[in-house]
Amino acid sequence: MANTANTGQKGGGSSRRDFLYLATGAVGAVGVGAAAWPFIDQMNPSAAVLALSTTEVDLSPISAGMGITAMWRSKPVFLRKRTQAEIEQARSVDLSALPDPQPDKARVKQPQWLVVIGICTHLGCIPLGNKPSEPRGDYGGWFCPCHGSHYDTSGRIRKGPAPTNLEVPTYEFVNDTTVKLG
Amino acid sequence: MKKLFAALAMAATMGLASGPAHAAEATPIPEHTWQFEGIFGTFNRASAQRGLQVYNQVCSSCHGMKYVAFRTLKDLGYSEDQVEAIAAQYTVTAGPNDQGEMYQRPAEPTDTFPSPYANRQVAMNANNGVYPPDLSVITNARPGGAEYIRALLIGYKEPPADANMSPGQYWNKYFPGHKIAMPQMLVDGAVDYQDGTQATASQMAHDVTTFLHWASNPHMEERKRMGIKVILFLIVLTGLLYAVQRKVWSDVKK
Amino acid sequence: MASDYQTPYKGVLGWLDDRLPVINFADQHLRFYPTPKNLTYAWNFGSLAGIALVIMIVTGIVLAMHYTPHTEYAFASIQKIMRDVNYGWLLRYIHMNGASFFFIVVYIHIFRGLYYGSYKQPREVLWGLGVIILLLMMATAFMGYTLPWGQMSFWGATVITNLFSAVPVFGDEITRWLWGGFAVGNPTLQRFFSLHYLLPFLIVGAVMLHLVALHRYGSNNPTGIEPKGKQDQVPFHPYYTVKDLFGLGVFLIALSLFVFYAPNYLGHADNYIPADPLVTPAHIVPEWYFLPFYAILRAIPDKLGGVIAMFASVLVLFVLPWLDRSRVRSGKYRPIFKQFYWLLVLDVLVLGYVGAMPAEGIWIPIGRVATAYYFAYFLVILPLLGVFERPKPLPNSISDPVIKGGGQPAGAAAKPMEKA
Repeated sequence: MANTANTGQKGGGSSRRDFLYLATGAVGAVGVGAAAWPFIDQMNPSAAVLALSTTEVDLSPISAGMGITAMWRSKPVFLRKRTQAEIEQARSVDLSALPDPQPDKARVKQPQWLVVIGICTHLGCIPLGNKPSEPRGDYGGWFCPCHGSHYDTSGRIRKGPAPTNLEVPTYEFVNDTTVKLG
Repeated sequence: MKKLFAALAMAATMGLASGPAHAAEATPIPEHTWQFEGIFGTFNRASAQRGLQVYNQVCSSCHGMKYVAFRTLKDLGYSEDQVEAIAAQYTVTAGPNDQGEMYQRPAEPTDTFPSPYANRQVAMNANNGVYPPDLSVITNARPGGAEYIRALLIGYKEPPADANMSPGQYWNKYFPGHKIAMPQMLVDGAVDYQDGTQATASQMAHDVTTFLHWASNPHMEERKRMGIKVILFLIVLTGLLYAVQRKVWSDVKK
Repeated sequence: MASDYQTPYKGVLGWLDDRLPVINFADQHLRFYPTPKNLTYAWNFGSLAGIALVIMIVTGIVLAMHYTPHTEYAFASIQKIMRDVNYGWLLRYIHMNGASFFFIVVYIHIFRGLYYGSYKQPREVLWGLGVIILLLMMATAFMGYTLPWGQMSFWGATVITNLFSAVPVFGDEITRWLWGGFAVGNPTLQRFFSLHYLLPFLIVGAVMLHLVALHRYGSNNPTGIEPKGKQDQVPFHPYYTVKDLFGLGVFLIALSLFVFYAPNYLGHADNYIPADPLVTPAHIVPEWYFLPFYAILRAIPDKLGGVIAMFASVLVLFVLPWLDRSRVRSGKYRPIFKQFYWLLVLDVLVLGYVGAMPAEGIWIPIGRVATAYYFAYFLVILPLLGVFERPKPLPNSISDPVIKGGGQPAGAAAKPMEKA
């Protein structure tokens, strides 16, 4: 090691040396950063998952006041045929009283059909109320048993810890009795 | 430095030692020029699209491509609507529906190219006991790759007098053993190209092989583009590191 | 039970190092660690092998996030990786070709050790740990090759596991136990996946021990003479860190050429055909890095004999430190050894070539001669050379070019292998 002590005295001087070291370090850092990206990005949804699949649901067997559950993109979707009373109930709410104010009109395409993703916006449980045997909560919509969130007949949060209304998926009516999700 | 070269030479020879394993075919495969060759190679979209037409009208009557999704055809320059239309030409089995039954429906972009046969046994039964292979990765799955596939498609000849052919066997110059169960499918005019290109057998073989090579290596263009960037970057970085090494070692007495 | 460790650092670093003395440990072993100053590029391959191991583990872990170890889904899940997973094709091609490059690097590392006598006293355990790493690598690579569940995966696994049926009396029981069935099947694939994931971490452990053993006596060097003081050494950092990084750059360029422009060149086309237990490919060949061993296996006309010879070809390396009787370490000063050494290199390349050829015609006698030389080198030539060879005179030390004793044969001179 003795003959390594006199660094900086010969050669091009220390500033040129420092620049070379800095430049190399910077280029190396860029390389490491770029190489890290594929390892991170591989955990994002793959092309197959992103290629959005669509699901068609036949609405004809649903009678007023009833609902069914369809699977779409690995999630349950609630489709409920609302009675006139339920529609009125949903429309007559004072928006300022809602935790997540949204008029019923903005949440449906045809008044009697309510289509929402059946996942509680609190922590992801599936609310009860889509089967006749299940409780519908204090507001006639759905009730999440995990932490007691109540949704109304427009799928809006009314009471409980959930912060937002049930999400409305993209969908369209193919004809009067068929709806296409996605 | 001498040691480095010795080491690299050793590495190179060891790599090449695997060479002979690739050369199993007896009949030499003719050279062919492709646009997808080389470090800047790309798939010729027009050719690949014609190739898809050949696949749809000829190959698909016996073969499937169960790993190739219709949606990926967008990479060949098709619009979303065109992809949907191409997919809809095929029928897939879906289900079970609410009644618990499987049903047939037109394919969607998210589906893959279906096989015309419900299962392997049906396929073998319909083809003299030979299974028409899935074509998803066919140019990777044959020694000789795309060159071989193209040569095979136009390599049909009259069998030599002593060939002793069984029914359902055809003589192909490039097939290992020469007796192949696939009849000659590409004859001049077998398809009517939408873009007006003359559909000669060799043109169709070229086009469908381009398409199949894309199906086998859908990310080839991205891979080659990235390769240039990565290697240029590494050359710069390695050059800098060499300069740093020279500087660092400059004060060490030999 | 507190030790009387005193941290050399001050401030936050000192506080941390006092409680967790890894900073000092890393400093001692990566920064100040005295290393012979005359190491050539042939010494790059040790650290390069370590980096290759890391590349394999990192790409392997992310591939395992997408791979399905089931005979029905394995092939399809690889296709999913190649087509749909973001950068999946890149990660898999790095893993595939990385395996080959890992072996290239390790083989060069081994042959460097063979030439410069790095296995000799006092580095026998260091060498032995290296052989253990090689064995673990071979097992890992073999099981990894099974995972894509292509034709070569299936038939390679079948042929290699059948080697164990050569074991007398219990052969059939052993193979059935390995398979978890009556043939290679889903249970085999699942256990191979589990072990393929486990073994690399055992390799990491073996590498750690390899490094502990290395740092006990330090690196060997081209002269084979132990450093006689600071004038013969440089601190590891920055001298060898930067040299290793430069070597890494060259390695990555070579790897990139394959990954981006010939990703399937080192593989077999047959492995893109899904496994079919009813059809054996015309020509079953292992991956290139196993070809020399495969040639030795086939060189012996007896089933059990072939299996024994193949395993012996690796295991003989364990006893190599005691077979080579020469007191001169580096091949540089051994004129006759040198010739036999390069003949061995050629011999292994020939074995590799023979392993890729069908077992017929001229390849059978060539394979046998090459196998005979391989074993003769270790079992006959090295022991005899130690007695009969007249080594060239050794220099006084790494820095001192003066030849000791003015041309007197070093083998007769005072113990050149001892530290000054």
